Order: sequence, then structure tokens, then C-alpha cells
Amino acid sequence: MQSLSNRAKKLEAKPMTLAERAYLPAIFQGLSITMRHFFRAATKKQVTVRYPEEQRPFSPIFRGLHVLKRDEVGRERCTACGLCAVACPAEAITMVAGERKKGEEGLYREEKYAVSYEVNMLRCIFCGLCEEACPKAAVYLQPDKMAPPRFERDEFIYGKDRLVEPVDPAARSIRGIQLTPEQAQALSQRIAQ
Amino acid sequence: MAKITFDGIEVEVPDGTTILNAARTIGGGIVPPAMCYYTPLKGSGGKCRACLVRVAAGSAKDPRPMPKLVASCVTPVQDGMVVENTTSEQVLNVRKGIVEMLLINHPLDCPVCDQAGECDLQNFAFEHGVSTTRYEEERRTFEKIDIGPLIQLHMTRCILCYRCVYTADQLTEKRVHGVLGRGDAAEIGTYIENIIDNEFSGNVIDVCPVGALTDKTFRFKQRVWFTKPVNAHRDCENPKCCGKVVLWYKGKDVLRITARKDQYGEVKEWICNTCRFDKKETSDWTIEGPAHIDRSSVISANHYELPVLNAQVIADLPESSVRDLEQNPPMRLGN
Repeated sequence: MQSLSNRAKKLEAKPMTLAERAYLPAIFQGLSITMRHFFRAATKKQVTVRYPEEQRPFSPIFRGLHVLKRDEVGRERCTACGLCAVACPAEAITMVAGERKKGEEGLYREEKYAVSYEVNMLRCIFCGLCEEACPKAAVYLQPDKMAPPRFERDEFIYGKDRLVEPVDPAARSIRGIQLTPEQAQALSQRIAQ
Repeated sequence: MAKITFDGIEVEVPDGTTILNAARTIGGGIVPPAMCYYTPLKGSGGKCRACLVRVAAGSAKDPRPMPKLVASCVTPVQDGMVVENTTSEQVLNVRKGIVEMLLINHPLDCPVCDQAGECDLQNFAFEHGVSTTRYEEERRTFEKIDIGPLIQLHMTRCILCYRCVYTADQLTEKRVHGVLGRGDAAEIGTYIENIIDNEFSGNVIDVCPVGALTDKTFRFKQRVWFTKPVNAHRDCENPKCCGKVVLWYKGKDVLRITARKDQYGEVKEWICNTCRFDKKETSDWTIEGPAHIDRSSVISANHYELPVLNAQVIADLPESSVRDLEQNPPMRLGN
């Protein structure tokens, strides 16, 4: 059959020489490559990184561990609307909503809030669709944090205790809506009181 | 019978039919939206202006166009009438204005609202409105009124369609809630916070096109698109109640019970409060199967129905299979 592209190469199966038929030279050649790499680790720079003690540099647009943001007076922004969960392609997010009681206005921004908010970091594919879906600018993926390795699977289900960012403006994530210096100062003063 | 042309499609309807219902006999995307008109309620319609259409020719005898856009839900057809809805630029522009008007005092708290996902106003604004707002002034607010343990009233979300007032008036013998005040101060209320304790009061939840009247027993329990609608029925002791409902499941729990609605969001048959609020166990009901959800609805996400086998699609089906299908007809779904 004629070739369509005229780029086909014809292969000829030549009979093997004596050295090839003996196999041993080829085996020693392969072993030498293995040994070269074996000793190279001790002499030259290693290609592997000893994660988690060592970490590679993060890209500025890296999407890592989730954070639930607070607003400028320290109230939780999340209102448990469920849009992140419905947008999530991996179905990693679950939440239970509750009604804000009287006296909790300083804790939660809206009348409804998330009593529990869980992200399964094993399911999550860190696509950032939850961040895009959020109408309250509450959920963000941090560019500088990853879910650390653990031994148990249930330790990867992150609840609100690990997701909500600290009230202290200095300890907040660098992703998402940032406080102005005045807002940060006012908040620190409020915490100090 | 009157013959009218709606968006270039000719249709013949009985005399006295409204333009909206004539359009519904055609069906599809040309049907004008309706926020206040509700077929089962006498006298409803003509308030929200969502269904405005242009009448290009009044009738065969008098083919002059009507001077202003008319509300299609209350305007009866006349023989030879020519109506423009989606084909008229003017109608589409005016509809954008209607969305803006309805949203002026709406709090836009969809992330908090339990109606989100099955809200007529949300759909209306999404399909016909613009995505920005020009309104900067303070929105209208009300003092919160508790109207009983079963129904939650959010007056700020109300668009004053009067559907619930008609429901209470026509379905129950003693109406205790209505519209108080006038103009901007008008609100749905009950004098001295009367508790609505009528057996059919729960139907105001189903007729409300927005989240102004919602189920208090379902409040903040779950977003509607995470629940699974299932058709079910029971023999209700109440002779006026049909006992045919939709159960909204989350896992094994029935979170909410509503009446069945047609494709225009109108209740097919009313249900009583016992069925709606008190029978939240699967054992109370005979399950019929998954309720049909429109593909365009967010509730249809992860919603699976049994496949509908259509024998006519396959022209040369073997005779044995045809007989088999006749003996075991495929399950009819939803409606």
C-alpha cells in the first residue's frame, strides 16, 4: 500500500551480531547507567524535594487551602447560600445553615450563617469555582498554603475551626478582600478592648 | 372562536380568552412571563406589568394598533388581533424597565432567601432584565411581623402581586390577611398580628412568586437545589384537599411538602395544612416517583429521572417488543 504522507520509514530487521546475541554487554551498559544515577545523588544537586519539610516556591496565582473571610469589623461573611457547593465539580463542600440569634450581630454579617461548613480536601480539586461562585466574597483559595499531609483520612475534612480566618488582621490570609490600614487599625483597637 | 396572530403564529381560541392564555396554548419561549396572574385564582392579574405585549392590530374590524402596551393576562382576544411579544423591540425594552421597577425595593438577599432557585422574580430578572442596578437610594423596609409558627413573612421581598390575598379570599371562608396602606407604604399584613390558622392557609406559600411568604418549618433547612423532589399522594381526610403533593427530600428526611405545580409555576390542586406541615414522614405517603424538573432550573442539578422509553422512535421494533411495551407501558413521569 502506498504511504499517504511519504514520511514512513522502512525498517529492516537485520540479524543480530554476536555481541548483541550474547546480551551481557547490553545488560552491563544498562547497569552502568543505573549506577551512575545512584552515585550522582551524593555528588550533584538533587531533583526531588523533601516535602513537607521543604517546599517549592508558590506561584502568585496558586490555588491552595480554602479560607473563609471576615469583613472589616470581624464578622463572618459566609451566609451559607450553597452556591459554592452547587458549583463544586467534586462535591467537596457541605454546609448547614442556621439563623442568627439576637446578640450575634457582631459575629455574623447576615441573618443566616453557616453553622457548619466543611471542605473535604481529598475530594477538592482546587479549581477555584467556589471562589468564583461566592456572592459574598467569603471563600477564597489561599496562594501560600496547602493542605498538609496527614495520616488519617478524616483529618482532611476541614471544618469551620480550620477554615475561618483569624479576627486579628495581622494573621489574615493575603488572598481576597483586604482591609485598608485604617480598617485594620480600628479592628485591632476593637480586639484590644 | 377568535383567530389571533401571536408573534407570527396563528392560533384559534374561544372568545373571552386572554392574550396570555392564547399564547400558552402555543407554548414555548414566546409565552409572556407572569408574576401576578395565577390561573386558579379569579381576579388575579394586571398588577405586575411583567406580561405587557404590543397589540399591532386591535381586531379584524378595527385594525388600528393599541396606543399603549397592554397587560396580556387581563386583555381578552378579539378576532383578527395581531400581538407582538418577543418580536417587538419595544416590549423587550419595557420589560427591562419592569424588572428594574420590581427590583427597586427588593432587598436582593437571594443568598439568604429560601425561595432562591424556584423564585419567579429571580427567573424573570435573569431572563428579561439587565445585570446592573441604577438604584442608589435606601430601600423600603418594614417592621418584622410574626404571622404564626408555619408561615414566614418577609415584607421587604414582596412585590405586591396580591396572589396570596386572592388565595386567602377564595380558598378560605374567613380572610384575615390583606394589603394594608397605600402606594409605597402598602404591605401584606394581618390586623393585630392575627395568626392565620385556616386549614388552607399554607397555600399562600406556593402562590407567592417571591420569597415574601415562605415555609417556616423549612426555614434555612436546605437550599432547594440540594433537595430531591418526589411525587407522592395520600388519602386526606379533608374533602377539599387533593392529597397530591411533592415531597422535597434531603437524604431520608422530608424537609418540605408543596403542592404540585405546572410548567408556569401554578398550583394544580390545593393541599391542606395537615398534608403540608404535619405529615413529614415517608410512611405517611405513597411514593409515585421523581417529580419532573425543568432542565433550565438549578434544581435539576444532580437530579435524575427514570428514562422515558419512546417506542415510536424506533420504526421497525420487533412485534414481540411492541407487545411487551403495550403490556408494560413505560412509567409516566412528573405531570
